[in-house]
Amino acid sequence: MKETDIKTLLYAHFLCIFSVILSVLLPSFFLENFSILDTHLTWLCICSLFVISINLVLYLVPKPNTSSKRSSLSHKVTRFLKCCIYFLVSCFSLHVVFVLYGAPLVELVLETFLFAVILSTFTTVPCLCLLGPNLKAWLRVFSKNGVTSIWENSLQITTISSFVGAWLGAFPIPLDWERPWQVWPISCTLGATFGYVAGLVISPLWIYWNRKQLTYKNN
Amino acid sequence: MRLGCGVFAASCVAIEVLGVAIFLRGFFPASVRSSSPTGHQAEPPAPEPLAGASSNWTKLPLPLFSKAVIVLIDALRDDFVFGSKGARYMPFTTYLMGKGPSHSFVAEAKPPTVTMPRIKALMTGSLPGFVDIIRNLNSPALQEDNVIRQAKAAGKRMIFYGDETWVKLFPKHFVEYDGTTSFFVSDYTEVDSNVTRHLEKVLKRGDWDMLILHYLGLDHIGHVSGPDSPLIGYKLREMDGILMKIYTALLTKEKETLSPSLLVLCGDHGMSETGSHGAASAEEVRTPLVLVSSAFERKPGDIRHPTQVQQTDLAATLAIGLGLPIPKDSIGSLLFPVVERRPMREQLRFLHLNGVQLSRLLQENVPAYEKDPGFEQFVMAERLHGNWVKLHLEEDHSGALLNLGTKVARQYLSALKTLSLALSMHVAQYDIYSMAVGTIIVLEALTLLLLSTPQVLHRRAELEVPLSPPMFSLLFYLMFLVLSAIHVVVCTSAESSCYFCSLPWLAAGGVMVLVSALLCVIASALARMVMDSTLLQKSTTHPCSGWSEVGLLLLLGTVGHVLSLGASSFVEEEHQTWYFLVNTLCLALSQETCRSYFLGDNKELPHCFHTEPASVGAICMQQDHIACEAPKGGQADKGPCPSGARRGHVRWAVLAGPWLVLACCRLLRSLNHTGVQGAHRPDLGHWLTSASHKMELSCLAALSLLVIFMLAQRGCSLVSKVALALGLVGVFCYRVAIGNLLFPWQLTNRGISKGILEARFVYVFVLGILFTGTKDLLKSQVIVADFKVKTVALWELYSGLVLLAALLLRPHNLPVLAFSLLIQTIMTKFIWKPLRHDVAEITVMHYWFGQAFFYFQGNSNNIATIDISAGFVGLDTYMEIPATFLTVFGTYVGPVLWAGHLAHFLSAEASSYSDSAMSRACFCYALICSVPVATYIVLVTSLRYHLFIWSVFSPKLLYEGMHLLITAALCVLFTATSQTGHTRAWVKTGARNQ
Repeated sequence: MKETDIKTLLYAHFLCIFSVILSVLLPSFFLENFSILDTHLTWLCICSLFVISINLVLYLVPKPNTSSKRSSLSHKVTRFLKCCIYFLVSCFSLHVVFVLYGAPLVELVLETFLFAVILSTFTTVPCLCLLGPNLKAWLRVFSKNGVTSIWENSLQITTISSFVGAWLGAFPIPLDWERPWQVWPISCTLGATFGYVAGLVISPLWIYWNRKQLTYKNN
Repeated sequence: MRLGCGVFAASCVAIEVLGVAIFLRGFFPASVRSSSPTGHQAEPPAPEPLAGASSNWTKLPLPLFSKAVIVLIDALRDDFVFGSKGARYMPFTTYLMGKGPSHSFVAEAKPPTVTMPRIKALMTGSLPGFVDIIRNLNSPALQEDNVIRQAKAAGKRMIFYGDETWVKLFPKHFVEYDGTTSFFVSDYTEVDSNVTRHLEKVLKRGDWDMLILHYLGLDHIGHVSGPDSPLIGYKLREMDGILMKIYTALLTKEKETLSPSLLVLCGDHGMSETGSHGAASAEEVRTPLVLVSSAFERKPGDIRHPTQVQQTDLAATLAIGLGLPIPKDSIGSLLFPVVERRPMREQLRFLHLNGVQLSRLLQENVPAYEKDPGFEQFVMAERLHGNWVKLHLEEDHSGALLNLGTKVARQYLSALKTLSLALSMHVAQYDIYSMAVGTIIVLEALTLLLLSTPQVLHRRAELEVPLSPPMFSLLFYLMFLVLSAIHVVVCTSAESSCYFCSLPWLAAGGVMVLVSALLCVIASALARMVMDSTLLQKSTTHPCSGWSEVGLLLLLGTVGHVLSLGASSFVEEEHQTWYFLVNTLCLALSQETCRSYFLGDNKELPHCFHTEPASVGAICMQQDHIACEAPKGGQADKGPCPSGARRGHVRWAVLAGPWLVLACCRLLRSLNHTGVQGAHRPDLGHWLTSASHKMELSCLAALSLLVIFMLAQRGCSLVSKVALALGLVGVFCYRVAIGNLLFPWQLTNRGISKGILEARFVYVFVLGILFTGTKDLLKSQVIVADFKVKTVALWELYSGLVLLAALLLRPHNLPVLAFSLLIQTIMTKFIWKPLRHDVAEITVMHYWFGQAFFYFQGNSNNIATIDISAGFVGLDTYMEIPATFLTVFGTYVGPVLWAGHLAHFLSAEASSYSDSAMSRACFCYALICSVPVATYIVLVTSLRYHLFIWSVFSPKLLYEGMHLLITAALCVLFTATSQTGHTRAWVKTGARNQ
């Protein structure tokens, strides 16, 4: 039971990683002069679109959460709208956090906002897909001993690693190497992406490694 | 021996201060020096080389100029003369440079770009060491060989008007002088008119050979209002007029005597975009150097690109021009255009003299000098020169001979350039032995602190310091013997000078004893720890269930910051590190508040901060991880969980608290852009200080002072409240008096005074509040055993310091002080009290915020950002000790005030912390401050040949040393406040025992 769960998790994560890689490779066939650094904003949009769509597909296909299966169409629509609102709110609040961290207020607004978008893509979207627009559940998952399944466990790991990646990504900015990727917010977005991918890779392995110790309260 | 951990920490930091002092003494090396003593008469000048025979021209050549006038304008940047400003404001000088008989250069000054080292460089031609910055404020007489000394020896009559530093550097050298003090930064007319008023008379008289004028006004304008101030234009125009006056006077004199004279216009250093100096940016380093003399050729062409030379080249050129021997330590090369029009034989002779002097200096400082390319070139040039002289003496002056001469001169010039470069690159060796001794002391003290950390974290008030057994152990004596042997061997074999060897034997022996004793203490502490840990492992695992997120963040952040000091960019941009860390801390705190208030109203009050550690520890020992929650749940009832409506209110305030702090930090961050990359970007501070926004600045300052009063008066007694209010009004009046602010009813600018009266009015209140606070503190410790009295006393001391800070900080920085108080209030009310953090965590948070505020205030790791004007608030004349104290306090306002708040907070919350909280906080503070210093010392030692060692790492080292000194003082004060509490408790227990 558990082994198969972990296997499904692994495949799902491979799909997500694949979508990130695809977002790097695919556009260069359609767009001229596409590269991550030069046309960074385009890449950000494409990457976030890809990751969102993969997450949606994953949400619709394997149904890891079985609770909300039977519900009316209107309920589904309101739920979807709520999710959209949550996503937007998370984008804006992340933007505010970036500004508080010292991002320029007026210049580079679009860049900062797209960074917020991609970071919420990596963090909020999986949460919304898995837990739904339910703040209590989110808080439960992100507190000590609140995890109830391996899906939530992997969610915890990927989200935290995306945040940590973005956080670490800010470190090279003050260095005087004069590289193109040191410009705000490129190093942070790259850091977030690497963190996300690393979280996707690590979480199945970590769960597999600790499968004996992990006991989930089913409440 | 048992020691309170506060005392222990304070003594460790004191030992570290000693170690850092020894290290610093060894780190800042002496410059390249000629080994021959400068006192007695120099050896005869080198004779002219002649192939196969000895030349009969052995005397020094005759002087080229009969008189020399040096006009040194402080902080004259190259574009003030050569740029658009020069063309606009200095028309006469521009005319002289374009069409007159002149040579213009851009002279590059080496950092530190501060007046005294620059004067030394100009007059000795050598590069003064970095440590000269510290001696800048009280310069002792110059010991090295220099142009002024040579001129005096040659019987020249010299007159000096201007910066007093010269008079101190060259006492009894001038036949007439008038020194102006450079310490009133806000005065920029009187300093210069004090110089100019003598000019008319002196120029008419003509009974002198050398006239030196040092104008300070431009520098003062730069410090007060920056390089783009309209005042700069007026000042430059004034200087231009003075130059014209001197030049015409010299011309009329020349007509009488028929010998040419020399007018030198130079700057000692430049001016950064913010108007200060001290670092190595292009604006600070590039200064103009214009030589005007009728002996020079008139060039019709307009020179827009003056050649770049070194500032040190002036000394050699002046010496040659005045017919003096070149100063021995000079590493400069002759400015060849000056002698261009002399006969070829003389030209070569001058170059040869310069070459001989430089190669001699190289021989004395570099062991393998023969392999130096410059030396080789020089030897070759000398041989060619000899041949040339031989030909010259044999045959008549033909064109071929002239060509050959030019070739020799070119060879000489390239040799001089290479030699000069080699010498300036050859930084004197570091005094590794002193550095090592200092490092060892610091590391030993740090190790001791680190070894006792586990004990302190387990809330033990007193530490077992095994002091007496090691003093009698064999190890101690062996160590001492070995160290003394090493000392003797090193000191007898060392070739270069070594500070530690030059100490008297007793002092050196004392340091040896200290080193070996510390080593023995560490050894026995280690041994005991190993034994303890084996004992402990049998009985228990960790008493507390791991680290909390905030604790982990604090630890990782501190380690990360320490590691970041190894990269020059991170040192330059250290403020970014601190802002980043503080922001992350706020987010982590916000996450903690969210969790504790949304999830665990009754389930989980965050983390295990217990007042009875022993009992909870015991429970945790027996139970596992999850079961450990139970006692915490029990604690929640005791915790401050207010009920009903107030509870909801507090809840939202707690949730919003970290975000408010974040917003405050963001505002402060845009107030002063500091560091290297961001310094030139426009910020709120510049906007406020520009002359057209005086009204806004006044409003803001008044508002901040109001906020400061509202927040600071809460904990004070009534008398102190009144004193504080009057003091803050006095601060505003002071700023109005010196012209920074405006009263709303006096919108036109009044006359500007020094504001001595107003400042002293404030000082009276500061001293009054501090005195009341101290009195109450003593009373609380000696007579009344009441924490309330002590809390009020500590708050009064704190508010006295706040008042002093309000006086010293520039008006646009008053919001920093207000926000500091605001953040402290928010954190205390909504975060530290409800969440009940551990003492160690609270201490580290205070330290982080203190560091962040150090940079919020506009400081950086660059000497130039020190606001020296703080040292002259309310002082009539320059007094060294108060000025130093005020400047240091003005610079370190942030860390000092946050440490003061920590003391007050712990005393106010004494009920929820154990009795020893204060001394444990002292220990943590000492530890957290000494870790970066110790690491930085090691890093700097390994990076001592880094390209940026002088411009980036050395200033930071000075800042770290100063910070450690302040930490030591703070630790001593902490211990003093907590100490008597101990004795009282001790007395109490003693009484009970009886």
